[in-house]
Amino acid sequence: MADMVKKTKEPLLHIAKRDDITGLKAWLIRIAAIAIGLLLSGVISALLTGASFFEVYEIMFTGVFGRIFEGKTTMLWRFLQQTAILLCLALGVTPAFKMRFWNCGAEGQALIGGLAAMVCMMKIGNAVPYPVLLLIIVVASLAAGALWGLIPALFHAQYRTNETLFTLMMNYVATQIVAYYVVYTTAGDGSGIIKPVATGNLPVLLGEKYLLNVLVVLMLTVAVFIYLKYSKHGYEIAVVGESQNTARYVGINVKKVIIRTMVISGAVCAVAGMLMVAGTDHSINTNTIGGQGFTAIMISWLGQFNPFIMAAMSGLVTFLETGAAKVADSFFLNSSYADIVSGIVILFVVGCEFFIRYTVKFRHNKKGGNA
Amino acid sequence: MKKLFALLLAAVLVFGMVACGNGADKDMKVGFIFLHDEQSTYDKNFIDAAKEACEKMGVTMVQKTQIPESQACYDAAVELIETEGCEIIFADSFGHESFLMDAAKKYPDVQFCHATGTQAHTAGVKNFHNAFASIYQGRYAAGVVAGLKLNEMIANNTITAEQAKMGYVGAFTFAEVISGYTSFYLGAKSVCPTVTMDVKFTGSWYDETKEKQAAQSLIDGGCVLISQHADSMGAPTACETAKVPNVSYNGSTAAACPETFLISSRINWAPYFEYMITQVKEGKEIATDWTGTIETGSVVLTEMGKNVAAGTKEKLDSVIAGLKDGTINVFDTANFTVKNEKLTSYKADVDTDAAFTPDTEVVENGIFQESKFRSGPYFDVRIDGITLLDENYG
Repeated sequence: MADMVKKTKEPLLHIAKRDDITGLKAWLIRIAAIAIGLLLSGVISALLTGASFFEVYEIMFTGVFGRIFEGKTTMLWRFLQQTAILLCLALGVTPAFKMRFWNCGAEGQALIGGLAAMVCMMKIGNAVPYPVLLLIIVVASLAAGALWGLIPALFHAQYRTNETLFTLMMNYVATQIVAYYVVYTTAGDGSGIIKPVATGNLPVLLGEKYLLNVLVVLMLTVAVFIYLKYSKHGYEIAVVGESQNTARYVGINVKKVIIRTMVISGAVCAVAGMLMVAGTDHSINTNTIGGQGFTAIMISWLGQFNPFIMAAMSGLVTFLETGAAKVADSFFLNSSYADIVSGIVILFVVGCEFFIRYTVKFRHNKKGGNA
Repeated sequence: MKKLFALLLAAVLVFGMVACGNGADKDMKVGFIFLHDEQSTYDKNFIDAAKEACEKMGVTMVQKTQIPESQACYDAAVELIETEGCEIIFADSFGHESFLMDAAKKYPDVQFCHATGTQAHTAGVKNFHNAFASIYQGRYAAGVVAGLKLNEMIANNTITAEQAKMGYVGAFTFAEVISGYTSFYLGAKSVCPTVTMDVKFTGSWYDETKEKQAAQSLIDGGCVLISQHADSMGAPTACETAKVPNVSYNGSTAAACPETFLISSRINWAPYFEYMITQVKEGKEIATDWTGTIETGSVVLTEMGKNVAAGTKEKLDSVIAGLKDGTINVFDTANFTVKNEKLTSYKADVDTDAAFTPDTEVVENGIFQESKFRSGPYFDVRIDGITLLDENYG
């Protein structure tokens, strides 16, 4: 046996699957990856800007949290708001992902939900009492998002269409409808800008504009966690995700689960759109979601479909994006810099999953023959 | 792993030591909010002027780039004030206006200035100001250069007088663009009476492919000279390829298009920035609605390209002098007709409202008084001689 091994040339490195890794060790690898990513992007920043490594991080921190140590919390609220919206979109796609239904349509589902809110604010803003108006806005938004999730789900369940392409294309449909609405509304001066509307704005709690948004997403986070982990629906989603045949065998109606989950997925994404339109901008344009619907896909994966880890990841990505943009502005670099810096960290975070699932083994010691 | 860490740590320490004193203390900070960054010619024009003005006035420039036209603009203003301590906030895009005004209400001690906006003169927010420049004067002068080029082509028998058709690539069917192409056309017409013009809209301020395609289709449709009001190099490069003369916007494109570049007009924001900084430094009020002109140096023309018609320089100088002393009025109603009739009265939507109600009589003494009642353009009349091939409102 030993002779045979010696004859075949063993490569320097080889990769083996590992399934014995402990949760703690996996998390240590992840934290190390984030740390290395941050260090490396700091070094690159220092090289590009000529500032010191620590100065770069100081600027990043101040860019995100402002003068928080002097008791100014405004910037913290902006950070929480951005994190919340990103998280909300990630929460939206997660039930579908867990089912292995690749919903890449968060952007469109949120945008169409936001549009529904905008239309209500503009068209019936003065026609009904405020509480009724709010109720209509919520229902209309969720329904619009649910519809945007339902259409690809129906086609997938009925005709086995590719859900990735279908949901992606639905984004364009939503964007174009919003573009049309903006043009239609502003045809009078052709400016293409809808001025913020005063009616149907979500209430401001305790004088803090973003508090309600953050609270809503906080509650959603807990709700999605419970839904996925402890409800019967959540269990069905997990089974369908593991194997549709198993699901059928145990008597789960797979089509029904797919359609139901996508309706929920679209509706949760629409909450983000509603919060952006009725709660934040009070206006809409094709850029209202601003590509966060796609970042959310990454957040969901990074967070291993666990809402609480996703919250942390949303915070990390928001910090990186805002902080890097601040560094770029401080040193008069263009936006590519911010993309590079956040790209590096995210690459490390994604890349480390490889080292959690596989182990790299070096060539065995020649002397012993069997190490 | 350990080695990698050691290496990184070493690198960190090295860079930690080369800390350089970057925060030279200047007494005043001015915050700028830009829609994109220097990669967009529109924003670059503002960024360059801001750098120039802040340098000259000895104040610190703080910028926020890539700020969308949403609540993000409000947040950016808050950051510039609370974190950076800026005393003046400037934003460069039309859609920033409402959000910037919200910030102005929250911080009454900070001055807010906004380019291209329309609401300051009616909003009654004391520390919120609009500014624009009468770029139509620059476009008119550039139009004269175009007209002279057409005359040269007619004289050389390259085209007949009837074939003197120009093409114009616009972004949106919006007063700012309509005012721009009409003044360009009137400039050309003042020296070449038979000129006509076709206009195509792209529906975007920056879309290189669409602008290129629009320019190409205008050229295919018989246009012998092209100009544009959009921010990319699309139209100029299409012209260079097709060997069709081009009047550019927002700066010279001579480097990329040496054979076809004629001239370009642009708004120079530096005079306004210097003005607003001076006012605040001296504790004076900033005008609610400021219009820069060719006289204040806010409207400038670039150097001419090498292939302009003979005698252009002299004519251009006299036109600029005429615009400066007021003997030339771009929108003089004697020089154009609407449906074959002279324009004697026109109500424009000067005071912004949701229904876009025309509210102000803007024809006075036989002249359409552009930028008089508000700095932001409101000339949106469709005059004879210009054909819109399509329309795009957003």
